[in-house]
Amino acid sequence: MSYTIKINGTPRTVDVDGDTPLLWVLRDVLDMKGPKFGCGLGLCGCCTVHIDGNPTRACITPVKAVGERPVLTIEGVGDTETGKKVQEAWLALDVMQCGYCQAGQIMSATALLNEKPRPTDADIDAAMSGNICRCATYTRIRAAIKQAAGLDTKDSRDI
Amino acid sequence: MTPNNAVTANSGVSRRNFLVGSATAGGGLLLDLSFVPAVKAAPGHEATATSTLNAYVQINPDDSVTIFSKNPEIGQGIKTAFAQIIAEELDVDWKQVHAEQAPTDAKLYGAQFAGGSLSVPMNYDTLRRAGAAGRAMLVTAAAQTWKVPASQCTTEAGVVYHKASNRSLKYGQLAAKAAKVPAPDLKTVSLKDPKDFKIIGQAIGGVDSPKIVRGQPIFGIDVQVPGMRYAVFERSPVHGGKFGSANLDDVKKLPGVRNVFVVSAPDDPPPPFDGMMGPITDGVAIVADTWYQANKAAESLEVQWQQTPFGNLNSADYPQQARKLAQNKPTKDVITKGDPHGTLASAAKVVEAEYHYPFLAHVPLEPMNSTSAYKDGKVEIWAPTQFPGNNVKLVAKTLGIPEDHVTIHVTRSGGGFGRRLSSEFVAQSAIISKMHGEPVKLLWTRLQDIQHDSYRPGGFHFFKAGLDKDGKLVALNDHMITFGVGDKFTNSGTISPTEFPAQFLEHVSIGMSALPSSLPTGPMRAPGSNALAFAFQSFLDEVAHASGKDLLTLQLELLGEPRQMPSPKGGFGPPSPGFHTGRMAGVLKKVAEVSGYGKKQLPKGTGMGIACYYSHLGYFAEVCQATVDSYGGVKVNKMWVAVDVGNQIVNPSGGLNQVQGGIIDGIGQALHAGVKIVGGRVVQTNFHDYPLIRMNEAPPVEVVWVKTEFPATGLGEPALPPALPALTNAIFAATGKRIRTLPINPQELKSA
Repeated sequence: MSYTIKINGTPRTVDVDGDTPLLWVLRDVLDMKGPKFGCGLGLCGCCTVHIDGNPTRACITPVKAVGERPVLTIEGVGDTETGKKVQEAWLALDVMQCGYCQAGQIMSATALLNEKPRPTDADIDAAMSGNICRCATYTRIRAAIKQAAGLDTKDSRDI
Repeated sequence: MTPNNAVTANSGVSRRNFLVGSATAGGGLLLDLSFVPAVKAAPGHEATATSTLNAYVQINPDDSVTIFSKNPEIGQGIKTAFAQIIAEELDVDWKQVHAEQAPTDAKLYGAQFAGGSLSVPMNYDTLRRAGAAGRAMLVTAAAQTWKVPASQCTTEAGVVYHKASNRSLKYGQLAAKAAKVPAPDLKTVSLKDPKDFKIIGQAIGGVDSPKIVRGQPIFGIDVQVPGMRYAVFERSPVHGGKFGSANLDDVKKLPGVRNVFVVSAPDDPPPPFDGMMGPITDGVAIVADTWYQANKAAESLEVQWQQTPFGNLNSADYPQQARKLAQNKPTKDVITKGDPHGTLASAAKVVEAEYHYPFLAHVPLEPMNSTSAYKDGKVEIWAPTQFPGNNVKLVAKTLGIPEDHVTIHVTRSGGGFGRRLSSEFVAQSAIISKMHGEPVKLLWTRLQDIQHDSYRPGGFHFFKAGLDKDGKLVALNDHMITFGVGDKFTNSGTISPTEFPAQFLEHVSIGMSALPSSLPTGPMRAPGSNALAFAFQSFLDEVAHASGKDLLTLQLELLGEPRQMPSPKGGFGPPSPGFHTGRMAGVLKKVAEVSGYGKKQLPKGTGMGIACYYSHLGYFAEVCQATVDSYGGVKVNKMWVAVDVGNQIVNPSGGLNQVQGGIIDGIGQALHAGVKIVGGRVVQTNFHDYPLIRMNEAPPVEVVWVKTEFPATGLGEPALPPALPALTNAIFAATGKRIRTLPINPQELKSA
């Protein structure tokens, strides 16, 4: 069946079963490899995209459920003001180890900052705990979110 | 065949360019090709000689420099670090440098793998010399151009200068001539004084990071090859189970499905417990137009697998079986010295305890995958792998083709942790491509990843320590119950005779016995050490308390005067210089000082624990401060670590990331990780029942570097092992309750 979805501002038409997860439409039909497959059950956050501004796990979102709502992916997030700041902070603080989860981390962080431009450490815990980093770069993810927000990067939990 | 996506392993440089050393496709020139050391390698050191042949440096016409990184990048930052080492001695500006993954070619590069924290210690010197050789050739070319002695020429930031005549030439201008200059002797090429380093020792961001933050396709899972189909591969939930029967014809009719077939394992599989070197096992391949279709079709597949001898094993039974086995004499005597049993019998006090740690899955976030294109007796493969050299061997054997008909392009890996040292996922994609007749991308599900790992083996330790009347530790016994068959022990489930503190006691007995296991095992980040550190450093904390002192004091007493202990025999990698007591004492004292260990007044329910461990040639001491609430919930407030990896951190930013990540990884293991086995199969399926540490549990980690005048060693692994006992010792300090079984069970810590 044919579905037209608006991705990073551009309408794209795909011919797939309606229950195909958005992740696989993006990756294997539209050749957008940024969103990653990590678990297939919405547990790790590697596949996070924004749908209508909300961070959403693309691996458990059937394409038929997207409808008219705009989809923003890691490939397009740098064109937004917040997303650009987040990407720059990630590079400035050299957040990455393997980097596999970081597209999802950046999408979740961008959504957090759009909602709360000056997040506390508790806000960061709440917003980011759906995204696993197997390399455990959490220290730098936390600092990079604050840097993108223009805040002091110090960890308020430190003793 | 060329993939559409920008896979770094295949970016326009073929093996041929390296071998013949002529102009590359881009018009650039490869320097110092295939130079053979002028001095023939000494007998027994041929392997070292091979690794000094190098093909690391390419000067491009636009004055940029392409540096080839020989080892796989799995998140440990080696692609950046290797480029830094070579660029330093080549004497270029870092802005000129473009790092590329090198081809897989043992003849050019020697051993190519990511493991053992060995990339820096095994390659640091060679890569410096490779860079310096390139610089020397450029200098010679300039000197010839100007007809001046080379000794009058200097270099800086990619330019050769003859200051006396105020002349200069950029490397790009000299490349063509330099490529014809005879390569200098690597052994005598002059190296920089480390105090003049401009790139080594700098905190430089990861070379692939700009691509990562934009979602560009650089991982194995992102590879796209023309005409490619997608495959899933279903196997027996009990490892090694042979195929019986299945509804293959029903599955073939499902949407998008192109092919469904049985792949049979070789008839002579080796013992099931070596996951690292193990062959492929029986499975059913489903090939479809999209991976989603292949995976959906797999839900309808019903297979009857044949029984295996291991289908009755349950991890819940292991503790009782281990206790029974521990009553016997060990199957293998690892070390017996002095009179351990007599000393224990006459000791003033005996401390006795049983420790247990579970099997663990690696779960790198990028699931196992590999893309293969088989045609006419040859196969080309793109894979996120830690060990391409081993992959070639298993693929050739599985397909029945010569090894030189296998080409492996190493992609970036979405985490490794030792999982990608195994080769079976690569061989599976190759055989599926061969049997199906088209290129295929094989991708595992998370469930398959958790249930078909090369696990970190579980184990038990039955300890006895004897204290004399003054509270001095005088004897130590450990009967380790590991897994295997008879005296063939499972990969990564053994112990060495130098396990600390065996070398510092007069009366010691360490032995091993094995329980049968249904699971293949293999190295996982800090193999061996990741389990032994918890058991030994926790038990030593018990011994310290029994003797009325803290663990810091006990360990410093055991270590004694600064000295080099005899080197353990064997092992993997370069010869170890042996354990240095002064280096370990140094990091212990430093971490105690920065953390305030033993000196802080802490509230009820909060405690500090200390632990140290020597692994992968690195000396690490860590302190944990943790709070246990009345429900038994554990919160790690902070970790401190003092690190001694010698005289040089190649990249302090990457190094810090490895240390902080390794410690948080260790905390996560202690809090959550453990594979459960029922009926010979792993029962967990995904991250809800095999949880990983998340942002809200990750503590601040303060790192202190202790620089010493010893050769630089690796940082990917040794931070992890002491994190676990530092935490469990902190829990004891907070609650008086000793954690002897991992993962930590909050039920045991409840006080309400």
